[in-house]
Amino acid sequence: MSEAARGSAGGRVLDVILPILVFLAAVAGWEAVVRIRNIPHYLVPAPSLVATTLVSDWPTLSGSLWVTLKVTFSALFAAVVGGVGLAILFAQSRWIERSFYPFAVILQVTPVIAIAPLLVIYLDPPTAVLACAFIVAFFPILSNTTLGLASADHNLVDLFKLYGASRWQQLIRLRLPAALPYFLGGLRVGGGLSLIGAIVAEIAAGTAGQGSGLAFRIVESTFRQNMPRVFAALVLIAVTGITIFLFFTLLTHLLLRHWHESVRRRDT
Amino acid sequence: MLALSGVGKAFSNGIVALAALDLEVRRGEFLTLLGPSGCGKSTALRMIAGLTEPSAGALTWAGGERPEIGFVFQEPTLMPWASVFNNVWLPLRLRGISKAAAAASITDALALVGLADFAKAYPRELSGGMKMRVSIARALVLRPPLLLMDEPFAALDEITRFKLNDDLLRLKSELGATVVFVTHSVYESVYLSTRIAVMAARPGRIVSQILIEAPLPRGEEFRTTALYNERCRAASQALMEALSPEDRL
Repeated sequence: MSEAARGSAGGRVLDVILPILVFLAAVAGWEAVVRIRNIPHYLVPAPSLVATTLVSDWPTLSGSLWVTLKVTFSALFAAVVGGVGLAILFAQSRWIERSFYPFAVILQVTPVIAIAPLLVIYLDPPTAVLACAFIVAFFPILSNTTLGLASADHNLVDLFKLYGASRWQQLIRLRLPAALPYFLGGLRVGGGLSLIGAIVAEIAAGTAGQGSGLAFRIVESTFRQNMPRVFAALVLIAVTGITIFLFFTLLTHLLLRHWHESVRRRDT
Repeated sequence: MLALSGVGKAFSNGIVALAALDLEVRRGEFLTLLGPSGCGKSTALRMIAGLTEPSAGALTWAGGERPEIGFVFQEPTLMPWASVFNNVWLPLRLRGISKAAAAASITDALALVGLADFAKAYPRELSGGMKMRVSIARALVLRPPLLLMDEPFAALDEITRFKLNDDLLRLKSELGATVVFVTHSVYESVYLSTRIAVMAARPGRIVSQILIEAPLPRGEEFRTTALYNERCRAASQALMEALSPEDRL
């Protein structure tokens, strides 16, 4: 699509309608294939069956969704507090940053799925799941915020010095606002990752985790060959992920629309 | 107002930005430091502002201590997340002055640069020249007796630049401030200054001084006077002599 079409009102409506049409066509095709070829529902359930399962199993699934949401957002909240806090600490002294940053990197590059079984042994299962989700969401927030705090315009830093600003004033009035776009970028990545972390950790916890999140439902339903419920749980996870992404995209837009290049709307 | 005596600045990487600089800044004058890039004129300005310390020599202030200073950088250096009003509020805000108490000073400063109607705008909505006006309003909001400007108009087109030159001279006369201005433009320096200090590089030093006796403020007609032409020729000559042989290539 051309830039001009994208900018116009008609273009924006198309941006919404086209993906919906593709989605509906794919679902209809899936439904048709399952019905025509008589594929048994314990292999591939039809979308209509997934939808009815979503409704009939809602009491069980909604409870699991709630558990997963709680883990995801608790982990994300902890990651924001820890990531931003540590980034501010890094900004105070290069020595602190040099001493601790490598460990944050080690935590990041080690796949969480490999750490999860250990954590399940050392911590009680709900805490272990929370810790895994925290670990994956923490790093993008830490690294982005650290970068943002260091990215304040050096002339503005000089100006603050000229007017005798304290370190605290420099942090509040200059470094934190300058870091906001970077932080929000980290939050969008971290939000998605904390959901992934919550799911992966619950699967890794397996039978040890008496938890009842969506991942546990998927594992359990697979054992029982209850494919419609597996798909229903997958739909809920996908919708949760999309909602988290849209929420943070909207938040970014609202906070940055007046000033940041990333949310600038160009007149073409 | 200020005397720099035997001031030197060597950076940790061994580059000598300034060597034994002697310079007096007189109250009420418009002094321009004119020189090729790398001659240490920005370093001298930052030193006057207290943003960098001399590694040799000393600065002596007439009142015993550094007065309030306004500083304008080559870029507008505005906070993009803050409105024009809040950007100009910054120097007062850092002194703990509330928005309500600062409002009159901010409105005055914006009126001085002709941006009274743009208080609520955000920097990205403004043109380059307007952003620079906001930057000047911010530098003037505390009514500093000394205004330091580091190539403030270098990135602007010539029409905007001429307009801002005139506005700057008008502001200087209205406020009675002393201005130290850094540029590498001969014509700008002659048009604006009462005195030009021509600098040479490697190491940074002052090689000659030129007085421009015409009173401030000046108008466009000054650009056609014999005095202007003669001083432009003298400044160009001094600048050529200040260039080292490899600079002339």
